[in-house]
Amino acid sequence: MNKDNKESKKKETKSEKTKSQTIGRRDLIKGLATVPVLGAFSYAWLNKTNIDAKIRKQMREVVTLNSQPVDLAPAATGDPIRVGIIGFGIRGRQLMRAAGFAEPTWIDEQKKAHTENSANRNYESYMEQEKLNMVVNGVCDIFSVYSREAAETAANINREGVSGIMGKQPPQYKTFYELLDAPDIDAVIIAAPDHWHAPMAIEAAKRGKHVYCEKPVSWSVPELYELVKTVREKGIVFQLGHQGRQTESYTKAKEAIEKNVLGKISLIEVCTNRNDPNGAWVYPIHPEANPKTIDWPQFLGQAPYHEFSLERFFRWRCWWDYSTGLNGDLLTHEYDALNQIMKLGIPGSVTSSGGIYFFKDGRTVPDVLQVVMEFPKQELSFLYSATLASNRNRGKVIMGHDASMEISDRLVIKADPGSTQYQKKIEDGLINVDTPIYSFTPGKKGADGFATATEQYFASRGLLYTYRNGKRVDTTHLHIKEWLNCIKAGIQPSCNIDAAFEEGISAHMSTRALRENRKVYWDPDKQEIV
Amino acid sequence: MHKIYNMAKSENTYNYTNFQAFLLVTLRVLFGWYFLYEGITKIANPDWSSMGYLMDSKGAFAGMFHSMASNLSVVAVVDWMNMWGLTLIGLGLMLGLLTQLSMFLGMLLLLLYYLSHPALASVTYIMPQEGSYLIVNKTLIELFAMAVLFVFPTGQIAGLDRFISKWIKN
Repeated sequence: MNKDNKESKKKETKSEKTKSQTIGRRDLIKGLATVPVLGAFSYAWLNKTNIDAKIRKQMREVVTLNSQPVDLAPAATGDPIRVGIIGFGIRGRQLMRAAGFAEPTWIDEQKKAHTENSANRNYESYMEQEKLNMVVNGVCDIFSVYSREAAETAANINREGVSGIMGKQPPQYKTFYELLDAPDIDAVIIAAPDHWHAPMAIEAAKRGKHVYCEKPVSWSVPELYELVKTVREKGIVFQLGHQGRQTESYTKAKEAIEKNVLGKISLIEVCTNRNDPNGAWVYPIHPEANPKTIDWPQFLGQAPYHEFSLERFFRWRCWWDYSTGLNGDLLTHEYDALNQIMKLGIPGSVTSSGGIYFFKDGRTVPDVLQVVMEFPKQELSFLYSATLASNRNRGKVIMGHDASMEISDRLVIKADPGSTQYQKKIEDGLINVDTPIYSFTPGKKGADGFATATEQYFASRGLLYTYRNGKRVDTTHLHIKEWLNCIKAGIQPSCNIDAAFEEGISAHMSTRALRENRKVYWDPDKQEIV
Repeated sequence: MHKIYNMAKSENTYNYTNFQAFLLVTLRVLFGWYFLYEGITKIANPDWSSMGYLMDSKGAFAGMFHSMASNLSVVAVVDWMNMWGLTLIGLGLMLGLLTQLSMFLGMLLLLLYYLSHPALASVTYIMPQEGSYLIVNKTLIELFAMAVLFVFPTGQIAGLDRFISKWIKN
């Protein structure tokens, strides 16, 4: 009995143990109870992926753009190109930086800015900028402080701060003629005031020196003809400083138009919106500037005589005597962007109006300006509208019968509800007119009409992709690089003398229309503004 | 029927009624689905990055999140943690695998999401909100819902954790 009891107890314990330690049928069911949900999830996810892929495919059937930016090639190697710098004001400094030569004080400032705000990555991106194959063998600025700073900057070959190790300083030439005559200079970067662009570029071309010239190409019409003639005769490599030529989205825009994605284009609207003294060219006056430190007669050049004026020297863009106002400074960027995208050429006629409505500081050029260019060959109008007294942003928009395109660093194409080309697809629900049929964001790996709402929000505010992969490339850097590579290869760059001529004539027609208060025409046979 | 109910109840270590257990497991599985899809879409999108979200941070901890956004190697880690963290936590909750750990990590992520984007009266975000929130928002409620699940565990009721505990006992 005892034995029996013991045995039965033993049996019981064993069976209990088995029950708790082994996995029974019920355990199996309960343990795996939620696994079918994973199956359902996978099914739903695959289904969603298929739907997305189908929409993407439909999008691609509507628009596929493959073009790559102008210049992806690395900087040319071999003997460095020996460059001279003329003009070391605001733009001159930016150009030098883009070419790889930053002021030592600027480097220190950027380092400090990064310590104060770690989100400021200017210094880091600058140090990552590709080194270009050039040396600076001479500088020229008629303000002695700028001249000295230009030489110091040219010597900053290691991109260091003030206490860093510098290279040899190049000579500081008193006049640009001396710089152009220097035998150890092959090419020049011109960043002088507008009324000096063409005269300097002409002298450089005459001496066989290659030219990177800031925009606008010229201050007056006759000198533009002379420049074009000289550049063509001498065969130098000429690049006009519209760095927008390097903007990736413009390349895509061009392809979209060539593929007739927009249908018949009837109107282009571009604009400038600024609202601060700096944007209105009211630049600070340097404390060391005076008639002794500035070569005033050389500043005046071909401009009408005026007594020494610090305002005129530092804020020359505000006077017709040295500049062509909004036309030369900002319309040219917009025009060149569209000329690049659509091969507009010179307009058939131009009208313009505007006035000095806000900055009543003695300036002679308007701060509000409208320009309407008619292109009879392409049957479209180009409308430029600018104010220096409102930041309200208006995009660069190309309006076609089938779709419209808004261009910035990004590119967004939306189908038009009244489109003929897309009518069926809109009716079939394949195209939604409220969402883009194509959108491109630089740096994003895939380009299609399928960025999520969140992505679009971030991207449109420049928060996304710009820093993706840690690189944010300066278009001015690419533009100078293209010029240097073309010099090496003996070919003409993207913003060559032909593009410069079209830019120059279009801007001059706008200026004349405004100043003469009439509609001006282009005579293509005589190649003259009438 | 009554027998089955009682049997289930006696086996239920936490003394939940069947209906309570069912709701708790369902909520856990729904959380799992939600996390898993958030993770998997990020893995599937080569362009996804947490940077924009970090840069859009506001409130008392914004400085910390902004400095994370400014360092690309930190961003890479944050990206990775979101992509795989969400996916694995999602799988864990759905399958009842390492349920308590998954929930703890899930709460940690939700806390970070809330701290980076608190629904303060004075702030607006670039990222559009789908509802109207004042201090209490979707993330905060998710955080507390998950905390409730954490103190009412269900991995042993329906989940692979059942096998794990058996295996440990052995």
